[in-house]
Amino acid sequence: MFKKDFTYFENSDIVYLDNAATTQKPKAVVDSQIEYYEEYCANTHRSNFGDANKATLKFENARKTLKEFINAKNKEEIIFTKGVTESINFIASSYAKDFKTIIISSLEHHSNIVPWHMQGRSLGNGLEVVKYNKNLNFDMEHFEELLKENPKSFVSITHISNAFGKIHDIKQIISIAHKYDSVVMIDGAQSLAHMKVDMQELDVDFFAISGHKTFAPTGVGAIYIKEKYLKDVKAYQTGGATIDQVDFNSSTLLDSPYKFEAGTQNIAGVIGFGEALEYLNHIGYENIETIEKDVFNYLNQELKKLPNIEFYNDISDSIGSRSFNFKGLIHDDVGILVDKMKIALRVGHHCAQPIMKSLNIKGTIRVSISFYNDYSDVDKLILALKKALKMLEN
Amino acid sequence: MSIEKRVEDIKEDLEFFEDELQKYEYIIDLGKKLDPLDEKYQIPANLVHGCTSQVWLICEQVDNKLIFKGTSDAIIVKGLVYMILQIFSDSTIEELKDVDMDIVHELNLSEIITPNRQSGVIGMIKKIKEYTLKA
Repeated sequence: MFKKDFTYFENSDIVYLDNAATTQKPKAVVDSQIEYYEEYCANTHRSNFGDANKATLKFENARKTLKEFINAKNKEEIIFTKGVTESINFIASSYAKDFKTIIISSLEHHSNIVPWHMQGRSLGNGLEVVKYNKNLNFDMEHFEELLKENPKSFVSITHISNAFGKIHDIKQIISIAHKYDSVVMIDGAQSLAHMKVDMQELDVDFFAISGHKTFAPTGVGAIYIKEKYLKDVKAYQTGGATIDQVDFNSSTLLDSPYKFEAGTQNIAGVIGFGEALEYLNHIGYENIETIEKDVFNYLNQELKKLPNIEFYNDISDSIGSRSFNFKGLIHDDVGILVDKMKIALRVGHHCAQPIMKSLNIKGTIRVSISFYNDYSDVDKLILALKKALKMLEN
Repeated sequence: MSIEKRVEDIKEDLEFFEDELQKYEYIIDLGKKLDPLDEKYQIPANLVHGCTSQVWLICEQVDNKLIFKGTSDAIIVKGLVYMILQIFSDSTIEELKDVDMDIVHELNLSEIITPNRQSGVIGMIKKIKEYTLKA
């Protein structure tokens, strides 16, 4: 129903089911890129001629749109980055490094594991991992035990697992963490594509946002920083546009958000991000959630009919991604064959090796949907999987 | 039969199939012909680097010839292992030392397998060269 809004689907006959890796871009977003480069390409926050002013205005409008979209209190709390990876690395190295203990979950993407290793932390040595229990559920009791032992920790948890689609109850996680004087960052890479997030309702301290997984161009994202932390977070990198005063002895920085956005930004990307959010506003999360739930249920129901399929979680508290294997088969073989049948999905560890190791698997076949996917996509996927299974049977 | 001739034969077989899926069916069938490799050889020392799936290759010297045996945990890769063994196994050490070919290019594999898997095939050739230099 919504595929008509995406030029990609006019030009491609691929069944696109790799939305957790990146989403397709609506025409309005693509047009905004062409418009910027063809009609008013200029740098922002520096020059004062007409096109430069227009670019700055559009850039700052995107910040305002994102601020409203996630219900931040003010625009200073929104800092644009390259994406979630940069957002997490930024906060890890500029703020969280001074915390004695970092607490993460078992389902984290490497982007929320490796930055902590880079600080010399390892399991039990400045880094704690919350266990999962049945159905990949976040073990709240273990989490609270860790916080009791390590109050005033920095908690960095994914909202939705990229590998398994599991939704963590971040509202409860944040509330418990705050009880133990801890600060919370949420990896929201998968969030905005599927559901409304409200910074006030969540009372979250830091929230990392992906642009390209939210229908925006690649190379853009953001970090929400709650106002009370803005003074304590150090600039991650410095340079042009971050500076108030400089001489050869010292320099003073501007206030947020500018002090955190060094160098020429991904101007087109940010403007495109604003357009993507406007597009989502137009579609509405109510529609998105209804469609996705329906297609996700259908996907699950049809997958379950396939022989020897193994899942690692059920679909309660899940959205977007469905991960599975077939007993006796390596996911790679299935991935190669369905690719030749024009099905785009991902096989492998999905940058989440620790949870794969814990489940004693090398990886999974992951189908990840968006609101533009429909029953017909699922039917084509199932046909391709059946054919691949037939080819691979002994 | 020379290594070059064996490459030509496999290339001809692959080119017979116009449809990519048929090519894969053929490769899968080739994998089924692969002699089983005793589990005692499926150890890290015999692993081929660069493969997304696990591939083990071992080498035995009989007079001045090298015999390669191998397998993989992935079905399609087993077919690729079969092809590589057909080309290089049972060749003289001198022939193998002279091998300097881009096997991915020679077999037009770039058209059917992804860059990740191409590096797996290149890894197999490297392992064969390693064994040859040690012989």
